[in-house]
Amino acid sequence: MSTPALEVTGLEFAYPDGTQVLRGTEFHIHPGERVALLGANGAGKTTLVLHLNGILRPQAGTVTVAGLPLDQHNLAEIRRRVGIVFQDPDDQLFMPTVYRDVAFGPANFGIGQPELDQRVGTALAAVGMEGVTPRAPHHLSLGERRRVAIATVLACRADILVLDEPSSNLDPAARRELADLLEGLDITLLMVSHDLPYALRLCPRTLILSEGRIVADGPTEELLGNQALLAANRLELPYRFSSSSIQSQ
Amino acid sequence: MSATHTHAFLSHQNSALHRLAPQVKLVACIWFVLAVVATRREALAFLAIDAMLVGITALAGGLSLGFLARRLTLGLPFILFAFLLPFLGGGPQIEVGGMTISEPGLWAAWNIVAKATLGLGVVVVMAATTPPPDVLAGLERLRFPHFATATAGFMLRYLDLIVDDFRRIRIAMASRGYRGRWFGSAFALASSAGTVFIRCYERGERVHQAMVARGYVGNMPIPAHPSPSRQQLMTACGLPTLATGLAALSWLIK
Repeated sequence: MSTPALEVTGLEFAYPDGTQVLRGTEFHIHPGERVALLGANGAGKTTLVLHLNGILRPQAGTVTVAGLPLDQHNLAEIRRRVGIVFQDPDDQLFMPTVYRDVAFGPANFGIGQPELDQRVGTALAAVGMEGVTPRAPHHLSLGERRRVAIATVLACRADILVLDEPSSNLDPAARRELADLLEGLDITLLMVSHDLPYALRLCPRTLILSEGRIVADGPTEELLGNQALLAANRLELPYRFSSSSIQSQ
Repeated sequence: MSATHTHAFLSHQNSALHRLAPQVKLVACIWFVLAVVATRREALAFLAIDAMLVGITALAGGLSLGFLARRLTLGLPFILFAFLLPFLGGGPQIEVGGMTISEPGLWAAWNIVAKATLGLGVVVVMAATTPPPDVLAGLERLRFPHFATATAGFMLRYLDLIVDDFRRIRIAMASRGYRGRWFGSAFALASSAGTVFIRCYERGERVHQAMVARGYVGNMPIPAHPSPSRQQLMTACGLPTLATGLAALSWLIK
């Protein structure tokens, strides 16, 4: 078995107000896998994501990325390898132009010219957003901003792409275009969501997080077909979707 | 898509002035303002030539004189006090239109109004031909303190979102009957401003997380840039050089 691209063991975390969010979270992802992390609001999904590249530090347990333990020594390398795309592109895109936003990460990781230009061009081409480099991010549509947000991470040559609610607020066409884009990327992917049909489309494997623990880990089709499991974890398929229709797909 | 409040001053064209490197335009702009300030206030003809030069520069940038005149009205609130000087100043008095006013006060008012308008004119031309992110890039290239340009950059980036947040709150308030006509309703307005402040603070936290996630450790990267060409420098120097010549002549020919 290969070294996991990402391994989380016994993760515990409580916020300063005493709210315990993660309670012994454990899972691992192998290189090239596309995995959905599903959970209801408040399950601890975003808190878990913030641990994957050391923005939050575990109070107990470990995070290991391609064999590198998350510690101060490996922090910069882990942040390069684990690219997080946040839920709101307006949080992710903070520079005055698209070029400077996409170049921000690689420049921080020590990439200079002419490679920086090449990285920005390649990352924007990968998300189908060539030609927008001089534009201000807030002048793009939400779908375009989400694509550019993904490019900011691709430009760092991340090994693992972590997407926090990538389909939220997108119109149906933009959702489909984003799904096409993500399916075409040759990268390990962890998609955090409560959009079950989107998880089914993109991720063969699913983890279900509930009250800070991974309570289910298996093929997406199988887990989404288990009505009792979904109900127990406050997950619901959209109207007119049924567990039987999921399993027959 | 967000509104474009920060681009309200920009004229979307592609003139030679638009293509000039922003740092060159900034230096030329400041140089021109200094030359105008140095011009003798009594040299009316020279100040008129300066005004013509600003007009010609605006036309070269594809801006109409009407556009320039409308933007110049932005300066009115700042020079209004100058109109009081002829009435408040001391020294010799003269009669103008049946009113007795102070001559030094009149000259002081003229000096402020004429030079502020010329300075504002050239700033309007620069703002209309330089996208705001380029102005910041120009300041960075001129070695302006980086914390200041980074702060201004964030302000520029998020101003539209903050204005939109405030607008949405106002719509939500109006939808529930808020009219904002009475002093008592100021409390609701202050609360909405507080809500926007808290949202900005929380957004700041999230933006910082996104920056840290991409390797930010306290220093913003400064992008490389090509040096301006000789032709660009010559073009940009034209206006301030002429204004400097006029300033010198105004003192030589009294």
